[in-house]
Amino acid sequence: MLYFFEQFLNGIQLGMLLFLLAAGLTLIFGIMDLINLAHGSLYMLGAYFAASFADWTGSFVLGALLALVTTAIVGMLLEVIAVRRLYGRNHLDHVLGTFGLLLFFNELVRLIWGPAGMTLALPSEMLKAVEVLPGLFYPLYRLVIIGVTLIVAALMYLLIMRTRLGMLIRAGASNREMVGALGVNIKLLYTLVFGLGAALAGFAGLMQAPILTVQIGMGENILIAAFVVVTIGGIGSIRGAFVASLLVGLADTIGRAFVPDVLHTFLSEAASSSLGRALSSMMIYLVMALVLVARPEGLFPAAGK
Amino acid sequence: MSPKSEASVKTDRSLHVFTPRVALNLAVLVALAGVPAYAAFTGDDFALTLFTRVVILAIAALSLNLIMGFGGMVSFGHAAYLGIGGYAVGILAKEGIGSGFVQWSVAVGAAAFYALVVGALSLRTRGVYFIMITLAFAQMIYYVAIGLDRYGGDDGLTIYHRSKFGAALDLSNRTVFYYLCFALLLLSIYLVWRIVNSRFGMVVQGARSNERRMRAIGFPTFRYRLVCFVIAGAMCGLAGALLANHTDFISPAMMHWTRSGDLIVMVVLGGMQAMFGPLIGAMTFLILEEGLSRLTEYSNLILGPFLLVVAISMQGGIDGLIVGRRYG
Repeated sequence: MLYFFEQFLNGIQLGMLLFLLAAGLTLIFGIMDLINLAHGSLYMLGAYFAASFADWTGSFVLGALLALVTTAIVGMLLEVIAVRRLYGRNHLDHVLGTFGLLLFFNELVRLIWGPAGMTLALPSEMLKAVEVLPGLFYPLYRLVIIGVTLIVAALMYLLIMRTRLGMLIRAGASNREMVGALGVNIKLLYTLVFGLGAALAGFAGLMQAPILTVQIGMGENILIAAFVVVTIGGIGSIRGAFVASLLVGLADTIGRAFVPDVLHTFLSEAASSSLGRALSSMMIYLVMALVLVARPEGLFPAAGK
Repeated sequence: MSPKSEASVKTDRSLHVFTPRVALNLAVLVALAGVPAYAAFTGDDFALTLFTRVVILAIAALSLNLIMGFGGMVSFGHAAYLGIGGYAVGILAKEGIGSGFVQWSVAVGAAAFYALVVGALSLRTRGVYFIMITLAFAQMIYYVAIGLDRYGGDDGLTIYHRSKFGAALDLSNRTVFYYLCFALLLLSIYLVWRIVNSRFGMVVQGARSNERRMRAIGFPTFRYRLVCFVIAGAMCGLAGALLANHTDFISPAMMHWTRSGDLIVMVVLGGMQAMFGPLIGAMTFLILEEGLSRLTEYSNLILGPFLLVVAISMQGGIDGLIVGRRYG
C-alpha cells in the first residue's frame, strides 16, 4: 500500500511536469494553430541554462530564475525570427519547419556545451526526504516540484481567466481574425504567448534537471509524451491538458511499477520482465488510442473549433 | 494561351512534352541507373551504399506520399512500417528461415496487417488528431521492438545472411542488390501512378478535398481511405525488408519518431502530390545530410535552418520550384 502511494506521488509529479510542457503546446496550438516540434528543445535549453547559471552564480534558485528568463527570451526571439513566418501554413509546413529547428537546437547545444551531459546539483536542504505517511519517506524535492507546479497552474488560471492579457488569449483561441479586426496587436500577443509557452517548457526542464542528467535530445521523448497529453485533453484546452497530464503521468508510473508484477503472476520471470517493460512503455499510447477511438477530439474538445 | 501563329503553337506543344519537370525526372532516373557504373569506375564504393539507401527510402517516402500527398492522411508514424518489414526479415533470418520469398511476403503481410489495424482505428479522427494517433501507434511498435530481448532489445540485431532468392539473384552482390531496389522503386512509382489515376485513386483524392461531398454522392470513403492506407503500409513494409538487407542490421532506432519525421521531410521537400517528388526529396535530403556531415561536424546547424527556409518559402518543395505550382 505504501509502495502504491509512493508510485502515486511519482505519477502526480510526472503529470505535473507534463502539464508544464503541454500547457505551452496547447496554448500555442490553440491560438496560433501551430504544431511546434521544437517545444522539447526549449525544455532542453531550460535545463542547460539552469545547469550553467547555477554553476556560474553558485546558487540553484538564482540559476533557475536566470534560466527561466533566458528561455523566455530565446522563445520570443525564435518566434520573431522564424516561427512567425509559419503561421497560417498547413500542418506539414509546421512539422517540416519546426523539425528543422529541433535539429538546429540539438546541434547548437552540442556546439556550446559539448556532447557530454551536465548535472545540476540541488541545494543540500532539498536533498532531504520527508515522511509523508507513517513509514513512507518521500524526497522533498519531488514534493517541491508538485507544489511549485500547482502554484504555476493556479497562476496560469488567474492569468488566463482574470487578466486582460488572458482575455485576449482566450479571445484569440476562439476567433483569431476577429481579435485582430478589433484592433488588438495580434503579432505582439502571439510573441507573448510563444514566450509564455517557452518559459513553461524551460521551467519544466530546469525543474527536472536535478533528477535527470541534462543531455542532448532529452526533450524529444518528453515532447511526444506532452503531445499525447495535449491530444488526450483536447487540443487547445488547458483544462483538458491538466486532467490529461495527471492521467498520463499516473498511467505511465503505475504501469511501470505494477505491469511486470501483474504479468509475473501468470508468466515466467524473464518473459514478464521484458514484456512488462514493453507494455508499460506503451501504456500512455494505449490510453491515448483508447481515448481517441472513443472520443476522436479528445476529452475536452475546445469550443468553437 | 492564345496562339499567335501556327509555328509558335507547334513549338509550344513540343515543349509541353519535355517540361522541366520531365527533364529533371529523366535526369534523376538516368543518374540513378548509372550509379553502379560510376562506383565501379571511380572505386567510390560509398556512392553505391549511399544511393542504395536513397532508393530504398524513396520507396518508403513514395508510399507516404500516396496517403499524405494524394490521400491527405498525414501519417507521423510511417517509420513503423520500415521497422516491421525490417524486423520480419531479421527475426526470420535469426530463426533459420532464409528464403527471401518467405521473408519478404511476411514483411509485406505484417506491415499491411498493422496498417489495417492502425488505419481502422485512426481514420476515425481528423487533422492533428490523425497525426498524433499514427504517431502513438508507431511509438507502441517502437517499444515492442525494445522489449524483444530475444532479438536484441534496445541494441538491435545483426543479420548474418541476406534474404536468399536462389543462385540467379544474389543479394550480397551489391550491384545486383542495387538494381533490384531500383527496379522495385520503378515498379512502385508505376503502381502509385496507376493507383492515383484510377477510379479508386480519384475517390481517395476526392475524399481529401471534400470528404462530406464524396460521402453524399454515395462513396463509402472510409473503406477507400483504409485500403489506400493499407497499400501504402505494405509498400513501406517492403522498403523495410530492403533496408534490413541493406544495413544487415535492425534496431528499434529505425522506428524512432524522428525517422518518421525524416520521411515527412523527404516528401515535403521533394514536393507533395508529385509522382517523382518523394524520390527527389529522399535524394536531396540524404545527399545533403551526407555532404554537410563531411563539411562540418555540426552539420545540422545548416540542415535545420535549411528545412525551416524550405517550409517558409518553398511551398510545393523542389517540384513546386520547378513547376511553379503551389499546393494548398
